Amino acid sequence: MNLVLIAEQTLNGLQLGVMLFLLAAGLTLVFGIMNLVNLAHGALYMVGAYLTTYFYQATGSFALGVILGLAGTLVVGIVTELVALRTLYERDHLDQVLATFGLILFFNELIAILWGRAAIYSTIPDYLSGHVELIGNLRYPLYRLVIIGVGLAVAILLWFVVSRTRLGMLIRAGASNRAMVAALGINIRLLYTIVFGFGAALAGLAGLLSGPIYAVQPGMGELVLIQVFVVIVIGGIGSVRGALVGALIVGMVDTMGRAFLKPALATILSPSAAETAGPALASMLIYLLMAVVLAFRPEGLFPSRG
Amino acid sequence: MRKPLQYLVGGAIAAAFAFALPASAQQKLKIGFITTLSGPQGVIGEDMKNSVELALDHLGRKVGGLDTEIIYGDDQVKPDVGKQIAEEMLKKHQVNFVAGVIWSNVMLAVAPTVTQAGTFMIGTNAGPHQLAGEGCNELFFTTSWQNDQTPEAMGKYMQDAGIQDVYTISPNYAAGKDMITGFKRYFKGRIVDEVYTRLGQTDYQAELSQLRSKNPKAVFVFLPGGMGIQFLKQYSQAGLRGQFPLYSVYTVDELTIPAVKHAALGQYETRYWSQDLKNPANEKFVADYRKKYGGKTPSNYGAQSYDGILLIDSAVRAVKGNLADKKGMIAAMRKANFNSTRGKFTFNHNHFPIQNFYLLKAVSGPAGGDPVMETQKAVFTNHKDAYAKDCKMKW
Repeated sequence: MNLVLIAEQTLNGLQLGVMLFLLAAGLTLVFGIMNLVNLAHGALYMVGAYLTTYFYQATGSFALGVILGLAGTLVVGIVTELVALRTLYERDHLDQVLATFGLILFFNELIAILWGRAAIYSTIPDYLSGHVELIGNLRYPLYRLVIIGVGLAVAILLWFVVSRTRLGMLIRAGASNRAMVAALGINIRLLYTIVFGFGAALAGLAGLLSGPIYAVQPGMGELVLIQVFVVIVIGGIGSVRGALVGALIVGMVDTMGRAFLKPALATILSPSAAETAGPALASMLIYLLMAVVLAFRPEGLFPSRG
Repeated sequence: MRKPLQYLVGGAIAAAFAFALPASAQQKLKIGFITTLSGPQGVIGEDMKNSVELALDHLGRKVGGLDTEIIYGDDQVKPDVGKQIAEEMLKKHQVNFVAGVIWSNVMLAVAPTVTQAGTFMIGTNAGPHQLAGEGCNELFFTTSWQNDQTPEAMGKYMQDAGIQDVYTISPNYAAGKDMITGFKRYFKGRIVDEVYTRLGQTDYQAELSQLRSKNPKAVFVFLPGGMGIQFLKQYSQAGLRGQFPLYSVYTVDELTIPAVKHAALGQYETRYWSQDLKNPANEKFVADYRKKYGGKTPSNYGAQSYDGILLIDSAVRAVKGNLADKKGMIAAMRKANFNSTRGKFTFNHNHFPIQNFYLLKAVSGPAGGDPVMETQKAVFTNHKDAYAKDCKMKW
């Protein structure tokens, strides 16, 4: 275990955390402000990945693919909100879970009809592939550094929007007391549509960034969604700051667990015991962490409601 | 006079049909085909279904000379759903054969249900060791392989090639551990590290960083489906593709190559079948599959499903369509008397194939096309599985 490896794994953890943050930010806003449990958030991530890959291949330009993919996901998100989710706000969480689970099935099958069930080809554009020499002999893929950069930029942008603009004020007010916001004459329906579209675009952004490194296939969103739920439970529902901290903690803990838990256990247990316990424990680590947070701070680390 | 004549002719035709119908209804062959048709893994089921349909085309839609009806069932990768579908096929549709099944855990639920009802089960993918050993059954045949055979072939190849210091990665579940067990049955060299990842894991960057720091001579992976796609992409993006040779089983195939393209180049796999095997049955299968399904190349999942239908055809033909003669059909199937896409093979006494295993390499395809799997050499000839000795069945 040397320092270069630890530095590299820290970058890996940061990159995973940033990716989770992009998904968690949208989900936590929708949950906190609209009180809507949206299981279909992963479907929007998938839509973002597919649209970007499609437009990238159709136009030959990655930048154009990103713009069109992002805009497309925003439109899909807004249409979904107007058509399907509007009717669910007043209903209880079980109805929302059922309806948004239905949306998952709908989107997965729609994608399968349009592009087939097989994973489609997606790749990193040439100018973003390759490696960057960081300190010493630490070589890191450029594309993953770009992901970290985009994620941190979005975090700053979100912080600015939420804490420095009028829209952000409404979002914060909506998260702590929706009825009062509506009573003060704010068009809460419009606010909901904006927030949901915003969340969809963030999910789409995460999807388009992951397209070139993950398999772009129907159902890809559900694979990441569970970790995202862990993030918002740890961070505190409705809080963007909580989503950022939660995502970075989960990303770091998961990566470090996968990398170093087995060798660490081998120093105190027998090698064969470490062989069995290491991988099992590493995949449980983030859930254990969630359990601990729930036990000591059931509201999460940064609860938003007063 | 004209009108009565018309009635007479019409009546005669109707009567002919009326007599013909019950006779042919009795002679109808029903096959239930269970596979996965929904969700991300539906891509495997689609290839199997396509190949079954192609086999029917080649047989003039008559398996064993009988009118044939195929009932497809979607197991959703769930053992309980698979079992429920099998029961419905047996009771409601009264099928003569149940075939298919991709997953070993589904197979372990389906196969006993079918054979206990006195119906044939023709496995066309999953080969769990339980069914090859003590749980073998005279009504159960498989046209694929026993699970351990494929990694055994890779272990044998790497052992013979004198490759040392291997780093292994596989998902942390039953089949993932079986693959490494099978691999180590023949590979006796040093294993640098044995890494188990979460089933369905999407990001392998942490594992790849560890891998590079250990500096192995070769890497062996079993990461089927989507896991393999993301692993291959990330392996290539991390610049490891040229650095550490990658050997795999069930990871690079005709279903995953279109999603990774050049990231698969240079990759080694072992398999009992390849699209370029030179025998008339295979050449016809691959060419007609491409023609029927818009240039797509079939996978081994398809080849063994195609073989499954031909096996049924050979059995029904041998008993001249007398579907009640189960003893006769068992005897006929044991001969494996059909033109298999893998070439000539025989059945072991546990009804699992004794067959060759080849080393395949992903090489550049025709200009502008995807990479293709090319046969390099035979690793095993007439390879038997390790569990047949536990099977009490004799013939």
